[in-house]
Amino acid sequence: MSTANSAHSVVEPSSTTKRIAGAIVILYAIVTMVPLAWIFLTSFKSPPDSISYPPKIVFQPTLEGYCNLFTTRTRQTPDYIQSLGAPTSTCDEITRNRNMVIAGPSNYWPRFQNSLIIAFGSTFLAVSLGTLAAYGFSRFKVPLADDLLFFILSTRMMPPIAVAIPIYLMYRQLGLSDTALGMILLYTAVNVSLAVWLLKGFIDEIPREYEEAAMIDGYTRLQAFRKVVLPQATTGIAATAIFCLIFAWNEYAFAVLLTSGSAQTAPPFIPTIIGEGGQDWPAVAAGTTIFLVPILVFTILLRKQLLRGITFGAVRK
Amino acid sequence: MAEIRIENLRKQFAEFVAVEDSSFTVADGEFLALLGPSGCGKTTTLRMIAGLELPTSGKIFLDGEDVTFNRASARDIAFVFQLFALYPHMNVRKNIGFPLLSQGVPKAEIKARVEETARLLQISHILDRSVFGLAGGDRQRVALGRAIVRRPKCFLMDEPLGTLDAEFREVMVHELRELHNRIHATTVYVTHDQHEAMAMADKIAVMNHGIIEQFGTPQEIYRRPASMYVADFIGSPPMNFLRFTSGLRKGARSVSVEGVEVALPEVHQEMGIGELALGVRPEHIRFNDSSALRGSVYGAEYLGTNQIVAVETGKGLLKARVSADRTFRIGETVGLELDSEKLSLFDCASGRAVKSSLYTEARHG
Repeated sequence: MSTANSAHSVVEPSSTTKRIAGAIVILYAIVTMVPLAWIFLTSFKSPPDSISYPPKIVFQPTLEGYCNLFTTRTRQTPDYIQSLGAPTSTCDEITRNRNMVIAGPSNYWPRFQNSLIIAFGSTFLAVSLGTLAAYGFSRFKVPLADDLLFFILSTRMMPPIAVAIPIYLMYRQLGLSDTALGMILLYTAVNVSLAVWLLKGFIDEIPREYEEAAMIDGYTRLQAFRKVVLPQATTGIAATAIFCLIFAWNEYAFAVLLTSGSAQTAPPFIPTIIGEGGQDWPAVAAGTTIFLVPILVFTILLRKQLLRGITFGAVRK
Repeated sequence: MAEIRIENLRKQFAEFVAVEDSSFTVADGEFLALLGPSGCGKTTTLRMIAGLELPTSGKIFLDGEDVTFNRASARDIAFVFQLFALYPHMNVRKNIGFPLLSQGVPKAEIKARVEETARLLQISHILDRSVFGLAGGDRQRVALGRAIVRRPKCFLMDEPLGTLDAEFREVMVHELRELHNRIHATTVYVTHDQHEAMAMADKIAVMNHGIIEQFGTPQEIYRRPASMYVADFIGSPPMNFLRFTSGLRKGARSVSVEGVEVALPEVHQEMGIGELALGVRPEHIRFNDSSALRGSVYGAEYLGTNQIVAVETGKGLLKARVSADRTFRIGETVGLELDSEKLSLFDCASGRAVKSSLYTEARHG
């Protein structure tokens, strides 16, 4: 077995270099984490605390933001509220303290569900199509493969929003406006080019011998793909899925344009919370905090696959 | 187990002809080594037998059945890859059992057969290990295990020892031959290492530029090389060539190498005046001061049991393998005697051996 690996750096970095590198990483982490921490803290502030100046680091936490996020409320006279009897929940109590009563659930939860369905659905489709296409480009002689790959990449060379109006008109004609299916197809179309390119790189790295071995061992090409290529491509698939999911989850422009009601996703909905009864920053922050959770969970779940990328190719190169 | 027969096999990649009109038969239970330098078409030939490449033309028969265009999975053959291709997401046991899984063998039987195979290869202790971090030899044994577990019609091996350390390679050469003696599987083994081929194979096909130069037993190939290429490729140091210009008469028993008469096996071929080369193995040269063939010592390489002495003859440098007892001085004039029964003669224009009594039984590739 060859131990020579010219790509490896032989020089161990000095401790000063390590310390400087460490400091830079920590600084960068702080810069990226502070806004997130601020949103998280704000979601537990009361509305007056959230806009006080100088900003409060220490404050009395309250669930008011979360209550306001999930409910619609109406203002009532104190006499009326008095007549209602004991509050039925924490939110009920918080709301009554503001001289209001809960009128019903807000649209946040349905919008959040739309986001889940559309983001995960489009990610699944884009990654599935991307894996198959990447495998084809990687393993077979596709006529005009380079031109096709360039064409696929070229779909990302302009901002997607540049085609917003044609898509809007097309979707209206096809009845895809404000439907989850329409949004899934749209996000899949945008993501599939990224998926093909990323995955082709990963699949190119998997030696053909594995499939050849499997085919000689009595499997068809499709079986070899499923049992030998796919398990080894999990790292790439996981990384690609995260990128696709983040795009679909965060997408705002198309969501504003093409969804208004039943298929509206969370990103266009969250800003509308502000308007309901003054500057309700804690509710917006609460909506944002909850909105961040799925990506966080997904990334943590796939952490192992992502890390496995480091040992990728350890079977003798 | 089965016989492999290939007929007029040819493979062309765009402009490049990788394999040109190859035909040979590997008998049931025989061990064939495809030997040649890299790029000579030996691996391509192997991959066509396996079904991993389709030939441009020609036919492949397995056990008499034409499998030229059958899928690899339908040929019932096993292939050991140079880089072993052990599935990294499976442990040793699953790797070895993988071919059985495709045949729908019941779980209990898979377990039994995997364990039996592991015993045969003495890898029972690593069955439940991951394939990561296995030593080179163990990887090799696992790859072999995956090949033999389903008792295929034949084994194809693509330089399976190519990446092992030199010392370990010798151990594995021995193990592979032992294994072959025990299970008698028809085997085609690709290598660029003549020692591996000589030590293991029943038959060797020496390939060069897509053409099989010679097909025969290791003895035939060593003693009666069919071409100057084979003579030069096999043996270390390789066969010496004494070049001279002469014509040949049928029945001649000697040739005149620039004035020196050299006896050789009876020539069976008539030839006009042309450049010829007398081929002599280093161990077929003796020192004899009364010999008419003279030269001066150019250098000596001491090897313990014997030594390689290079002698400049004026017709070319000859390397002789002689006893280590005698010490030679550089520049010393010596007489050389050639073992006339074992000399080969080549036509330099075609590179082929001239037919002689030495070659009557030899098959030419």
